[in-house]
Amino acid sequence: MRLTVNGIEHDLDLDPRTTVLDALREHLDLTGAKKGCDHGQCGACTVLLDGRRVNSCLLLAVAHQDAEIRTVEGFEDHPVQRGFLEHDGFQCGYCTPGQICSAVGMLDEVERGWPSAATGGDPEGEDLLSDAEIRERMSGNLCRCGAYPNMVPAIREAAGR
Amino acid sequence: MTATTHRAVGTPLARLEGPKKVTGAAKYAAEYPQDDLAYAWIVQSPVARGRLDAVVVDPTDEAIVVLWHGNAPRLRDADDPELAVLQSAAISYRGQPVALVVADTPEGARRAAQTVRLEITAEEHDTVLRTDHPELYTPETVNPGFPSETAAGDVDRAWAAAPVRIDVEYATPALHNNPMEPHATIARWDGDELTLWDSNQHPSGVAATVSQVFGMRPDQTRVITEHVGGGFGSKGTARPNAVLAAMGARVTGRPVKLALPRQQMFTVVGHRTPTRQRIRLAATSDGALTAIDHQAFSQSSRLFEFAEQTAVATRHMYAAPNRRTGHRLLRLDMPTPRWMRAPGEAPGMFALECAMDELAAELGIDPIELRVRNEPEVEPETGTPFTSRHYVDCLRQGAERFGWSGRDPRPRQRREGDWWIGTGVAGATYPAMAQPSTARVRAFDDGGFEVAIGAADLGTGARTILTQIAADALGVPVERITIRIGDSSLPKASVAGGSSGSASWGWAVTGACRALRESGEREAVFDTTELIQKQEKEGRHAFGAHFAEVRVDAVTGEVRVSRLFGMYAAGRILNPRTARSQFLGGMIMGMGMALHEEGVLDPAMGEWVNHDLAEYHIPAHADVENIDAAWLDEQDDQLNPMGSKGVGEIGIVGSPAAIVNAVWHATGVRVRDLPVRLDKLLPHL
Ligand code: FES
Ligand code: FES
Repeated sequence: MRLTVNGIEHDLDLDPRTTVLDALREHLDLTGAKKGCDHGQCGACTVLLDGRRVNSCLLLAVAHQDAEIRTVEGFEDHPVQRGFLEHDGFQCGYCTPGQICSAVGMLDEVERGWPSAATGGDPEGEDLLSDAEIRERMSGNLCRCGAYPNMVPAIREAAGR
Repeated sequence: MTATTHRAVGTPLARLEGPKKVTGAAKYAAEYPQDDLAYAWIVQSPVARGRLDAVVVDPTDEAIVVLWHGNAPRLRDADDPELAVLQSAAISYRGQPVALVVADTPEGARRAAQTVRLEITAEEHDTVLRTDHPELYTPETVNPGFPSETAAGDVDRAWAAAPVRIDVEYATPALHNNPMEPHATIARWDGDELTLWDSNQHPSGVAATVSQVFGMRPDQTRVITEHVGGGFGSKGTARPNAVLAAMGARVTGRPVKLALPRQQMFTVVGHRTPTRQRIRLAATSDGALTAIDHQAFSQSSRLFEFAEQTAVATRHMYAAPNRRTGHRLLRLDMPTPRWMRAPGEAPGMFALECAMDELAAELGIDPIELRVRNEPEVEPETGTPFTSRHYVDCLRQGAERFGWSGRDPRPRQRREGDWWIGTGVAGATYPAMAQPSTARVRAFDDGGFEVAIGAADLGTGARTILTQIAADALGVPVERITIRIGDSSLPKASVAGGSSGSASWGWAVTGACRALRESGEREAVFDTTELIQKQEKEGRHAFGAHFAEVRVDAVTGEVRVSRLFGMYAAGRILNPRTARSQFLGGMIMGMGMALHEEGVLDPAMGEWVNHDLAEYHIPAHADVENIDAAWLDEQDDQLNPMGSKGVGEIGIVGSPAAIVNAVWHATGVRVRDLPVRLDKLLPHL
C-alpha cells in the first residue's frame, strides 16, 4: 500500500491493523507525531490529513492511502514553531509536535470562520482568536507539563495578532 | 583563560533543545530505529490477589515467546521488589505484570497479549484505605528516612486549655503522574553488554539497578535518555518496563521495544497514595498557635513499604510550643505507590493550609495575618536556623500583587450573575536538597569546552541551566560550551527529582570547571559526595505563597479558576524563563489536584476504573485562565555554589489549598476531600 507524507509517496507493506501513527513512527521513522494514549484522548499524535487536524492514532493507515498527510517534520520554520520557541511554549516537548500541528489546523478553521464552544451566538461579529477561543480550540491537546499559558501568546502571534 | 564579567546564570536563555523539540527531531526512548526489532506487550493480572498457576498460549496467535514465572529467566534481587517481574506465582495487585508477550509487530504483540489465557487461583482481596483498619501500623521511618512520629510539649494539655480549636479531617485520592510520554524502553544486547534507550529521570541509577537485576557489573548496562517526555516522579527509578524489555531481548536474541500503553501506567509505574489526614490546631484568641497535631494515613502494597511523608512539611511551617506529627500505613492488595511531584508536601500542605484557613475564619483573623503571627524564627522542631526563609515576604508581596487588601473575609458575599466569586491563599514549602554527583569538563584547542554529566532533562531546562552554570564558572560565553547529558556512560549524576537536579549537578559542574581553571589541565573531574555529606541537612527550604480567585456557577456547580498567582522565595533563580515554566507547570498540576484528578477505586475488582486520559482528568488548555508566578531575589550562600533551591515541585504545594480555600470563600462550602467535584458543591449552592 502507499502513504503520502510531507509530499513524499511511500510504498509500504503494512499490517491492516496498523494505524497512521504507527505507520509514521514504526515504519517511516517519522517520530515527530507522538503516542501519548493511542486512544484519541490526548492529541499528542495530531497530524494534518488533507489539511485538517486529526488524531493519527485513531486512523487505520490502509484507509488513508489517497490522503495528503503532513507531520511536524513537514514544517519549516513555521510561525507557530517560532512562536513556541519564543514563548517557551513547552517543557518536555512530548506534546509539542501535536500542539503545533493542532494549532496550524486550528488557525485554518478560524480562517474559515468555524465557531467553537467558546464562540457566542453570532460568529460573524466575534473575535475567533481571543485567548478564550484559543484555549477552547486547543483543548484536545493535553500538556502535562502545563505549558498552556505560554502556548496562547505563541499561537496568537503566529496568527499575526 | 581569562576571567570575564560575563554572566549567563540568571538570564532567560532559551532551551537549547528547543529547535529539536518543535521540529520533531528530538528523540525519546521509543524512537531509536533498530534492525530486526521485536515488540513486547505486558499481560496484567486480572485479579487483585491470588496465584498464577499456568499460562496457556493460543497456538494461532503471533507471539515469538510468552514469558511468565514458569519459563522466565531468573533475576537477582533488586532493592525494589516491583522489579522482580515474572519471578513468582504470587499476585499482589490487579494490573501486576504476570506475563510478557514478544512478537514481530506491535499489532501482533498486543493481539497475543489479549488471547493468552491465564489460569489463576484468586483469593479474597482488601483494597480500601480506612482509618479504622486493624492492620494499620506506624512505619519505622517515612520517605526518604524521616522519623514517622515527632512530638514536643504537651499537645493534649494545650488542646484542652485553648480558647479556639480546629479539628478537621481531610482526604486526598490516588493521583497518577501521567507524564505525556508513557514509560518506554528499547533493549538491545551485544554479547554481555546491554543498551537501554529508556525514559527515566536517572540514567545512572537505572543502569546500576538493571545491572544488579541481571547479575552484571554496573558498567555492563548503558542507559541512553536523551529526551524525556516528563516524569513527575514516576520515572525516578528503573520501572518494570526496563527489566522486561531487557528480559525479552535476552530470550529472543533481538532488540525489543516495550512502550507502555497509557492504561497500564496507572498500575505499573506508580502513583501518589491516597491519604486521610486529621489536623488539630489550637490557638489563643489573638491567633497564636499553641498546638499543632497532624496525623496522616496512607497505603502501600504487599510488595514493599512505601511510606509517604505526608505530615513532614508541618514540622517546618509554623511556630507552636506543643506539636505532634505522625504517620500510619496500611498494606493493601494494591499497586505500590511511588513518588509524584512533591511527595508528602502536596497532600500534607493541602490539609495544613486548609486547616489554617478554617482557623483564620474561626478566629476572625485575616488568613495571611494568621500565618504571619505564627512565623517561626528557627526550625520549630529542632531549633536549627534557616539558611534563608522569606515566607512572610512571599505572603505580603504576593498579597500586594494579587490585590488581596480590602477583601471581605466573609464567605458567600460576592456574586456576579450566576457566579459566586471568592479568593483564597495558602503557603508552600519544599526542601532545598542536593545529592552527590560527578561532572567532567574538557577544554579543546578551539576554545570550546565539553561538560559531561549523566543527568536527565525532563523538560526542566537542566541542559540549558547547566550550560549557563558552566559558562560562568569557566568565564566564557555559553556558545563555547557543549553539554552532554542523558547517558549513564557519562559521570554519575543524581536523580532528576526532589527539585534537586540543578543544585546537585550544577554544584558538580561548577566544581569541575573551577578545578579545570585552577589546574590549567585539559580535563577535570569533580565529585561532590564529600562536600554534600558534610552539609547540615536541616533548615533548608524554599517557601512560597499561592493566591487563587475562583468563580463557582450557582446553578451547575462548575468551578473556574479565574486567577492563580504564585510568589516564591526559592534562592537564586538560574534561568527565569525555564523557572517560570516550572512554577506554572506545578501550579497547573495543583489545579488538577484541587479540581480534576482522582483515581476512582472499584473495591470489588481492586482497580482504578478511570485508567485513561478520557476519564482521569488533567487540566486542559481551557481550564487555565489567568495564571502567573513571581519570585523574590533571594540570596543564600549556604546551600551550594549557585545559591539555588529548586523550583520543580513547590508550585504544586499549596496551590490546591489556595483554590479550595477560595471555593469556600466564594460559596461558604468547605470541601475537605479532593477533588472539588460538582456533586460536593451542588447540594449547598
Ligand atoms: S496518541 Fe492519539 S490522541 Fe493520544
Ligand atoms: S511540554 Fe510536556 S507535555 Fe506538553
